[in-house]
Amino acid sequence: MIRRAPRSLAEHAPILFPALMLIVFFVIPFSLMIAVSVARRVPGGFYEPDFVFANYERFLTAFFGGVLAFSLELAGLVAVLAVGVAFPFTYRLARLPRAAQVRWLVFLLSILSLSEVIIGFAWSTLLSRTAGITNLFVALGLMAEAQSLTPSFGALLAGMVYQAFPYTVLVLYPALARLDPSLVEAARTLGSSPVRAFFTVVVPALRSTIVATLIMAFVFALGSYLLPQLLGRPQHWTLSVLITDQAIYQSNMPFAAAMAVFLVLVSLALVALALLAGRRKEEA
Amino acid sequence: MRISGGVGRRAVLAGAGALAAAVGFPGIVRAQSKSLKVGVYGGYFKDSFDKHVFPEFTKATGIAVESVAEPTGEAWLVQLEQAARARQAPADVSMMSQVAILKGMAADLWAPFDLAKLPNAAKVKPHLINKYPDGRVAGVGAVSWYITLVTNTKAYPQAPASWAALWDPANKDKLGLLALVSNSFLLEVTAATFFGGTKHLDTEQGQLDCFKKLAELKSNVKLWYRDEAQFEAALKSGEIPMGQYYHDVTGLAAADGHPVRSTFPKEGGITDSGSWAVTKASKAGDLAHVFVDYMCQPSIQALLSRKVGTAPTIDRAATDLTDKEFASVSSDLAPIIPRYDLYQSKSDWLNQKWTEMIVG
Repeated sequence: MIRRAPRSLAEHAPILFPALMLIVFFVIPFSLMIAVSVARRVPGGFYEPDFVFANYERFLTAFFGGVLAFSLELAGLVAVLAVGVAFPFTYRLARLPRAAQVRWLVFLLSILSLSEVIIGFAWSTLLSRTAGITNLFVALGLMAEAQSLTPSFGALLAGMVYQAFPYTVLVLYPALARLDPSLVEAARTLGSSPVRAFFTVVVPALRSTIVATLIMAFVFALGSYLLPQLLGRPQHWTLSVLITDQAIYQSNMPFAAAMAVFLVLVSLALVALALLAGRRKEEA
Repeated sequence: MRISGGVGRRAVLAGAGALAAAVGFPGIVRAQSKSLKVGVYGGYFKDSFDKHVFPEFTKATGIAVESVAEPTGEAWLVQLEQAARARQAPADVSMMSQVAILKGMAADLWAPFDLAKLPNAAKVKPHLINKYPDGRVAGVGAVSWYITLVTNTKAYPQAPASWAALWDPANKDKLGLLALVSNSFLLEVTAATFFGGTKHLDTEQGQLDCFKKLAELKSNVKLWYRDEAQFEAALKSGEIPMGQYYHDVTGLAAADGHPVRSTFPKEGGITDSGSWAVTKASKAGDLAHVFVDYMCQPSIQALLSRKVGTAPTIDRAATDLTDKEFASVSSDLAPIIPRYDLYQSKSDWLNQKWTEMIVG
């Protein structure tokens, strides 16, 4: 290990690869998007290079503000629910025998291979009137007649949490697997119940992991554009859906790019706020 | 504007592959001297063309056709435009929706056709020949299709007679409608049903009238769909028993025994069509003329009606279609013709109003 600061080019080399990746996969695409977002829209045609803010002006209305607020709330809710379900699940999972853990993880990984389209169609069938789960309730005598549960906010939320869940577990798993069991044992010896030990020892010990996972799930949910169309009503369409409409169906790239830039900036700001809040607490 | 939704992804991939091949190996593609790249909507359309139409064309002319699957929406238009800037032609001839043709014309993307080299195009209905403002021909009608009022026969033993059924309070939460202003053409439907015709859309006040009337049917709509497969499945199962859909595909589903029917309402079905257009980056202009002329022949228009399920772009009397065959793809009722001009001159405003109407 080199302890002193790197001096020669060779010593700097290891950082070149991540820097290059960051430039190729983030800096260049995002710069292109910013460049397009200030281009001039040719109505009924395409766009021409220019430096105008008309696309941003169009976005700054109560209508798009409402859609943006809904998208952020939805992503936040999905993140909280996914982590809320996944954290206790992963805590239990990490304490299972090795073989059982592997089986669960393989199962979760296989869910990741499902595309958003398949997940959307599966949930809309599961929640439909004609072939859905309510038919089972009717057969069991719990309901008088089958009804349709989709499209609705609940259906959308279920689909998105389902989609985020495996990612959340896989991010939480390493931290929970490494958690020193003696911490909980100490709490139990001192007389706290398992539930109390979980909330007063395990959760605070992993606070930064939980915050990181929340942020990941939030950003992940923010980009969802198919599930809101398949499982939600128009009032549940996220900003990503409207961006897709503009880019693919209206060939209005400048406006789509302006909305995307706005979305990226807002989510970066929110992530920064969350990290800042986390750090303050740690210092306190 | 249309694509068979279930295979959309695959079609896009195929299109991307073809694009990569065309861009990456121009030498190989050009090496076949008499070869033409033709873009058609991926999925059901392309499959039918590959099976029934292109082989006949090659047999008759000796020109090999390399078919390219076009993605949905105006994505293909954007790709053609970007490629043309780099002097590449992912396809020489493409089937384009009317809105896409107009947008391409605004960017001067289409190479003009020489009508003298297209004797058969004289039979094509005049409104299906797209012309630049200076009279050059940018597109020639390829196929027409209808969007009609469709119902599940189990949920609706009696077929509805008018588009007004969409507004009937009894149909609360039962409709599936297309999600975009520029492919649902519901403004035109509203104008034809309640305001005496699409001329009412001439003025901004008329357009606002139609938006206001349309807002009244929102509570009847269960699904605003972009993906055709989603609505088709729901219509067949009765989950969403009424809506607007393509006449040809609904007919095929009914023929397969599904409890669905397509009705031409008394105000007329919505007619929409695809036109052949040649990108200015193409170097195969002469072959493209041979192709488009071939496709305009009455016998080929009839073949398309029988095999692809589209309506002819020429007068029905010129073809040998029987009454039954014609009825399965079209109707003698005067159709509702979309106001394509509006989607060019006021596209962003209409789109904004529309989104606010259905989302708000």
